[in-house]
Amino acid sequence: MNILTIRGVTKRFGGLTAIDGLDLSIPASSIYSVIGPNGAGKTTLFNCMTGFYTPEEGEILFDPGSGPVDLVQLRPDEITRLGIARTYQNIRLFPELTAIENVMVGLHGRLKASIVGVLLNLPSVRREERWAVDEARRLLDFVGLAGKGDSLANNLPYGDQRRLEIARSLATDPRLLLLDEPTAGMNPNETESMIGFIRRLRDELGITILLIEHDMRLVMAISEHITVVDFGQQIAEGSPAEVQANPRVIEAYLGRGAAEELAERSQAARSASREG
Amino acid sequence: MPRSIQGRLGAAAASGVYGGLALLLAALVGMFEQFAKRPILAPLAGRGEPVTLDLVLLLGGLLVIGYLVARRSAGPDSIAVAKPVPELAAGLAGAAAGLVLALYVLTASRIDLTGILINAKPFLVDFLSLGGGAGPAGLARPVLAGLLLALAGAGLALLPDRWRPGVNRGLMAVVLLGTLQSVLTRQVDWVTQSRRAGGLVAAVVDWVYANKGVAPRGVLAILALALALSVGVRPLRAGLERRFRRLPADQQVRSARLLRGLRVTLLLCLLMWLPLGLGTYPSDVMDTVGIYILMGLGLNIVVGFAGLLDLGYVAFYAIGAYTVAVLTSPASGIGLGFWAALPVALLVSIGFGIVLGIPVLKTHGDYLAIITLGFGEIIRILAISDALKPWLGGARGIQLIPAALRIPLRRFPLVGTMDPQLQQEMYYPILAAVGLALYLAWRLRGSRYGRAWMALREDEEVAEAMGINLVGTKLFAFATGATMAGLGGALFASKVQTIFPASFNLLISINILVLIIVGGMGSIPGVFVGALALVALPELLREFSDFRLLLYGVVLVIMMLNRPEGLWPTAIARRELSSKEAPSA
Repeated sequence: MNILTIRGVTKRFGGLTAIDGLDLSIPASSIYSVIGPNGAGKTTLFNCMTGFYTPEEGEILFDPGSGPVDLVQLRPDEITRLGIARTYQNIRLFPELTAIENVMVGLHGRLKASIVGVLLNLPSVRREERWAVDEARRLLDFVGLAGKGDSLANNLPYGDQRRLEIARSLATDPRLLLLDEPTAGMNPNETESMIGFIRRLRDELGITILLIEHDMRLVMAISEHITVVDFGQQIAEGSPAEVQANPRVIEAYLGRGAAEELAERSQAARSASREG
Repeated sequence: MPRSIQGRLGAAAASGVYGGLALLLAALVGMFEQFAKRPILAPLAGRGEPVTLDLVLLLGGLLVIGYLVARRSAGPDSIAVAKPVPELAAGLAGAAAGLVLALYVLTASRIDLTGILINAKPFLVDFLSLGGGAGPAGLARPVLAGLLLALAGAGLALLPDRWRPGVNRGLMAVVLLGTLQSVLTRQVDWVTQSRRAGGLVAAVVDWVYANKGVAPRGVLAILALALALSVGVRPLRAGLERRFRRLPADQQVRSARLLRGLRVTLLLCLLMWLPLGLGTYPSDVMDTVGIYILMGLGLNIVVGFAGLLDLGYVAFYAIGAYTVAVLTSPASGIGLGFWAALPVALLVSIGFGIVLGIPVLKTHGDYLAIITLGFGEIIRILAISDALKPWLGGARGIQLIPAALRIPLRRFPLVGTMDPQLQQEMYYPILAAVGLALYLAWRLRGSRYGRAWMALREDEEVAEAMGINLVGTKLFAFATGATMAGLGGALFASKVQTIFPASFNLLISINILVLIIVGGMGSIPGVFVGALALVALPELLREFSDFRLLLYGVVLVIMMLNRPEGLWPTAIARRELSSKEAPSA
């Protein structure tokens, strides 16, 4: 079953076509990556999926298990409540709120307290608020930020900010999590632990992961499916091994000359090994 | 590194020049002349003239220059920046400031500046030269005074940390008490006249104050008290805290709760007693402060919590006031009572809050500020317009609005006979309204709605991505803010009984915004501190009210530069500040 199906989505900005008739199907409970050179339209795709942009054409069907819903006409907050959460390429926390407050903002859509209930301080509201604090703590523990709940988001070290952003998006109880370059700016050690962490999200929480990533090592290590986008179009799709061997991918990343050279070289190597 | 030290000394001299220019500016707007009538310090042994506020400000200004420059030059030497001897830097700055004043004396005594600067009167030459006149003495005296006072300021700045805060607070208390003498003595007189108790208070006040200004013994007593408090209280408090920690956990919780309950009860009793105990004029001031607090709490939700910069907040105040006025004044013929009109006024305010909210949903920051500014003006112009004159009375406004509360003449066994005036009666509904608004702000702040507002303030797009409905959240903020302002307006109308469009100008919006900024954005206690500092003080000290706007400007600039988080910041802002300072120290 596919949790997300994108059909013929096109997004234009004036004369520029950022996404051009893109198709994409993401199987439930998979780790799926979208890669492509800078400006290929990856982040635009995320923005279309989360409701910040409205594509001119096409449909985005989200099926959290209860039948498909078209996301194209929905507002971002409605899409979040359906079960899609995201993180940002350049971390976007609420800098002047504490870590635990950041996570509790993520819980917003799951809390039911009415205004009247809040003003009267009803027992149900107090209970819910206690649950929210516990849940936020639990999520902070899960991402490895135990005991840092009271620090301002702004004062956390970089790696912790990345984790906090993920905890905050987990608080919305997503079925599909969109990670926009989660290892940008990380050193190899941090990247390594992030790979393990993303796997845990899928294995322990059953969340489908959609990644945008530049770090090829991460993409190849973690993804089960990869789609390569260039100029807003899909140019390749398949398992990491298939994508790696695809000459169009190499061309997109390294240019036509490099692709030809690489093809010649591998041919030469092959003939050499035959002769040898 | 001698060059760098020279640079530093140059910077110190420049600070002195700026300080001198600031003093000169204060002189040229006529501040000193106004303040010359208020005695602060009584003369020694009762002879001669008291030291008045103008001299205190001038000399105090020079002292502060020295203090600030010395504080900057003090502290450990870092490798990158060599620091000159603090006393040297301070003295240089003080002399530079004095030189600025001397140059003015030199100029003004030879050229008549009154044509350009209305306040450049001969009085100023005499005053700024410290009585030296136009001759050489008039040039030497300010420079010398600057040098000596700045050195004194440096001495103060270099006191050990254990003593410095106490001395500083003591000096400030002396100036403040001196300034408030007329208010305090009038008050004490009133209390002792109307009641038998209060003899002790009167005796203390008589002892501290001379006829005009704080008596020398009073100065010493205040300084000693401030020192004793700041030096003595800390170990006392630490000891108490240690003992508290040693208690078992459940007892800690219980005693903390008991203590808090006791404190709240005492505070409430005090607040209930205040208007009856203080008389009509202070009650009037407290009413005004209360209405400002009410509106501050409302605007704090809109600007401080949700980050929606609203410059037309006065509109809702006007709407509340006019709704009550129209519904209750006999002139309109509807003739409802205040309490029947109040819910209507609140509903109308909420309605307008939403009506304003809808068109500005898509705008942020500057654009939002401009639109709301326009909205405020539209409401004021509608109120003054000829089209609505039959209902709103045009520029003449609406008269004969009934009071919200009338307390009948009462005889109490201990307190005596009580015949409260309108200002005292209105205090109670205002107090109740402030209590209500405080409760609302406090409950909402800790709820998911408050968090949604703060998320909105921090990053609107991400807030939406977290499942927050922007439309609902923004409209709720506008509506809550409008309710509190509408309530404030309704109480204002009932208190003054006659309202004019002129009472609802842009300045009210600015005042409320400034008090929020001074108190600390988003901080609820900050609203109270800000209102007391910016509304109550100028109200009590009439000669300041001429310079109210100038002082607002100065206070705002100083606050933004030195204390952007406000006088009473939110707990988080306070912590952030300390954690920012920690690594640099």
